[in-house]
Amino acid sequence: MCDTCGCNITHGNENFIKPGGKLHKTESGKEAVTVLHNLLDENDHTAKHNREHFDQHNVLAINLMSSPGAGKTALLEATIQQLDKNLRIAVIEGDLETENDAERIRQHGIKAIQIATGSACHLDAHMIHQALHNLDLAEFDIVFIENVGNLVCPASFDLGQHLNVTLLSVPEGDDKPAKYPVMFRASDFVLISKSDLLPVLDDFKPERAKRYLQDIASTAPILELSSKSQSGMKEWFDWIKQQIKTRKDFLLKNPVVSHSHTHTHQHHHSHSHT
Amino acid sequence: MHELAICQSLINQLEAIAADRDAQSISLIVVGIGPLSGVEAQLLKNAYPIASVGTVADKAEIVIEQLPIKVKCNECGQESDAAPNKLVCKQCGNWRTTLISGDELLLLSVELEKAETENLQQGAGSTATTGLH
Repeated sequence: MCDTCGCNITHGNENFIKPGGKLHKTESGKEAVTVLHNLLDENDHTAKHNREHFDQHNVLAINLMSSPGAGKTALLEATIQQLDKNLRIAVIEGDLETENDAERIRQHGIKAIQIATGSACHLDAHMIHQALHNLDLAEFDIVFIENVGNLVCPASFDLGQHLNVTLLSVPEGDDKPAKYPVMFRASDFVLISKSDLLPVLDDFKPERAKRYLQDIASTAPILELSSKSQSGMKEWFDWIKQQIKTRKDFLLKNPVVSHSHTHTHQHHHSHSHT
Repeated sequence: MHELAICQSLINQLEAIAADRDAQSISLIVVGIGPLSGVEAQLLKNAYPIASVGTVADKAEIVIEQLPIKVKCNECGQESDAAPNKLVCKQCGNWRTTLISGDELLLLSVELEKAETENLQQGAGSTATTGLH
């Protein structure tokens, strides 16, 4: 994607979409107003803004995605219980309805904000922005965003997270990366969850899942893990700690330009900050 | 079905363009979509009339152009066409490739109707171009 305006024009597609290209002329032959904006410009702008907030407070934001029931909340509970207690965690929960998942997190004494999306099948950057109004980022080191259980829609919406972690649970089958390439292409880390079930559900071959991931040119590392049996949890924690360090090092070299905006008000207008 | 949310985002952009250029209405919208954008062209088309009701673009024809998937091999440099779940190099079979086309979700162009055009009762649309944003 183009870093200047997010329009993702490359030499591979410019012949199709630039003025004079095959798709540029309208059927009536009239000259058109060339726009070349990403359809999700508005969302991406807010996502960038959210990321700046996280960065200002040295907070690592991890977006957890999977199909429903793959074990996102269970993984978060196990993480809260066992991850280094010096790392302060907050959770933003996305579900169509109920506060159930946020309640589960709160029982561990962790701050959790529930976003009820209603009929929306994904979280978007505006919802996260609203949630951040209720979260003092200075108090945290990591914010986990548990997206709506869905392997399709959440992949298209940048939330302002630094990393996408996708869970592929053993009962789902090992060919999910081939069936949902958009989601798995967006993943920075793939967790084969409920790995304690591998001996019973032996038609799931982790090797095959890896091959499907390579087919979509994914370079994301893969880890088999089980929140129940604890296998793989240490590697998961090591990865989180490594990512926190990587982000901190990056921010030391690339400090965030601070802006005066504080979240004491609600705003529905678009705006920019310097 | 996130296509409705994407349509709403599209409508916001169209309203801003129309207001910016003093247009009466928008008659044609051309959108470019790659298969790896995660958006289904037909669903977007179906959602458009619902999202656009009562807006400056509610009578617009929406043309959706599907863009091809192309990858460039990180090893041999060959560019090849690819399928959504098989993004490997056709030349050497390497899976380490970079996508160079196929994940676009772009508003490419619009055709505006301006007030004076309507007064003349001619179908000619306005002409204008903007640079990249």
